[in-house]
Amino acid sequence: MKLVVALFFIMLFMHQDFWWWEDDSLVLGFMPIGLAFHALFSVLCAVLGAIAILTIWPKELDEAEAAQAPKKEGDA
Amino acid sequence: MNAGITVLIVVVCYLSLLLCLGLFSGKLFRGTSKDYFVASHSIGPFLLLMSVFGTTMTAFALVGSTGKAFERGIGTYGLMASISGLIHAALFFVIGVRVWSHGYRQGFVTQIQLFRARFESNGIGYLLFPILVGLVIPYLLIGIIGAAKTIQPVTAGAFPKLFEHPSPLMNGGVPPWLTGLVVCAVVLTYVFAGGSRGAAWANTFQTLVFMGMGVVAFIFITNSLGGLENADKVVARVTNQGTVVQEYGVNPETKKVEKLDSPKVVGKLVHEEDIEKFAGKQPHLMREPVEVEYKKKNPMTGEVATAEKPREVGIPFITFVTYMFIPLSVGMFPHLFQHWLTAKRAKSFRLTVVAHPLCIMIVWVPCVLIGTWATGILPWGLPEAAVLSNMLRLLVDNAFLTGLLTAGILAAIMSSLDSQFLCLGTMFTNDIVLKAFGKDRFSDKQIIIIARSFIVAIVALIYTIAMFSLDANVFDLAVWSFAGFGSLTPLVILALYWKGATKAGAYSCVISSVGVWLFFFWQSGWGGEYTVMGGVQPAALSFTAGLVSMIGVSLVTKKPSEETIRKFFPDSK
Repeated sequence: MKLVVALFFIMLFMHQDFWWWEDDSLVLGFMPIGLAFHALFSVLCAVLGAIAILTIWPKELDEAEAAQAPKKEGDA
Repeated sequence: MNAGITVLIVVVCYLSLLLCLGLFSGKLFRGTSKDYFVASHSIGPFLLLMSVFGTTMTAFALVGSTGKAFERGIGTYGLMASISGLIHAALFFVIGVRVWSHGYRQGFVTQIQLFRARFESNGIGYLLFPILVGLVIPYLLIGIIGAAKTIQPVTAGAFPKLFEHPSPLMNGGVPPWLTGLVVCAVVLTYVFAGGSRGAAWANTFQTLVFMGMGVVAFIFITNSLGGLENADKVVARVTNQGTVVQEYGVNPETKKVEKLDSPKVVGKLVHEEDIEKFAGKQPHLMREPVEVEYKKKNPMTGEVATAEKPREVGIPFITFVTYMFIPLSVGMFPHLFQHWLTAKRAKSFRLTVVAHPLCIMIVWVPCVLIGTWATGILPWGLPEAAVLSNMLRLLVDNAFLTGLLTAGILAAIMSSLDSQFLCLGTMFTNDIVLKAFGKDRFSDKQIIIIARSFIVAIVALIYTIAMFSLDANVFDLAVWSFAGFGSLTPLVILALYWKGATKAGAYSCVISSVGVWLFFFWQSGWGGEYTVMGGVQPAALSFTAGLVSMIGVSLVTKKPSEETIRKFFPDSK
């Protein structure tokens, strides 16, 4: 839990990226660095989500649900 | 064939497909109120992702993002999109999964049911109902007004005798009243037929369409700009004298961008001290704010004059930081709450938590780039909402493609509208009618009829209001609606995670956060762009007011009963 919370706040800090605030250079010849960083940030959000699922997923919900699962009928 | 007719045919084909899908999903309807409201908890991971993503993205995702980037530059992505990827995913994990679990175990189908049970108070429901409905209404208006205004210019020339308009850019185009009517009728049909399940299927189709169309528009525009490596050269530049110039123009014959013999001046920096810092730079590729005075054409008289307010390119740092309170709104969207409850199992959320930020990136990065490139080609006085369509018209000029993009914009709009209509019907039926008269008084069929009747009534009301508010600035109104929902997020987080949260605390949270929000909404002139204390988003203050008052009041008031604590915190000792 502590790891995921710490990573979340690190991400929140990284989101401000004031170190590139005045930089208009291009990454890969077309992507402004401020935009490239935030696109990468979006990918890192997905990675953080995956880490959260692997480490702090509330397994008790899955178990509770399995215990009272209704019968299957034409699930979408 | 007239270009307007071609666009109209593409849009009609899209709406027909959507209608067929909606009616097909209606065949899967099991006839129970639980199926109508929450699809009998049967929606799997992919449909959940698509319906949740489609619901959170409105027309703003395509049209507004491009327009905002045209105004402020690439910082738009960090301001609105990447932070949403982080906050939305976190809230789906922290709130969505818990809410689903309580809904699944305790049979809730609305937010208000959960809050009533958690805080042992019917009153909290009667307090929240008008607030939630009041906040959803501007959001609905955004959709209908956005759709109505999108279609008229792109179908101009289609029916010049039938739909006369003084402006040649609109003459013969399908008028807003008719577009609004058709959009409402289509959405109403599939929500009527399939309820939550119909909305989930339709949302999935619509989400795929608007994601695809954004990418297609990007590819065509990039090609016309000479490829990705050339596109950034087009962006407006500041000269050593402090003027802002466009160095490129579009050749009307080839539709390709070519360097002008002499740059065209479109504005100048307001503050002389900024000249040294920005000389030779392209301010839209940075986030450092700078004020630019620019010329604007009066659409009525055709007269060109300096705009009343200078444009702020870039984003003030404090605004960037405090904007994070806006995406908190997903924690309290009633329509999203309902989508969460449709999930088949808790595990269904996993794909949404991981893929939602990536879906945002796929839609927003191309649109932000198009808006940024547009600063070097389009007149600076152009309204934000017209940037994407003008880039397509100028650089691609293909009616079929314009039709596809228009369908994409409608898809983004309608994928939110359907869920909002449905959630209002669900809330009215469950939180007001069944609460007041008792559930046993009605059969399951009657409950569905009540929900459907309310949905028809609310669609008629919203449609009428929309037709009288066509000139409202819909995007600014959207931000205020999000800010209102975001301000209420402490209520749901503390309800789910803090045993000590009390009924009195909940009341004080709602009253203080909505009170502060209302105050700033009034100060803004009921919906304009507005910040306080040098750039702070008002949502930051209304959120804080709600959080502090809920904690403070809960600490000194009567705790919930043991039975309630056991229900909501089954693992507690």
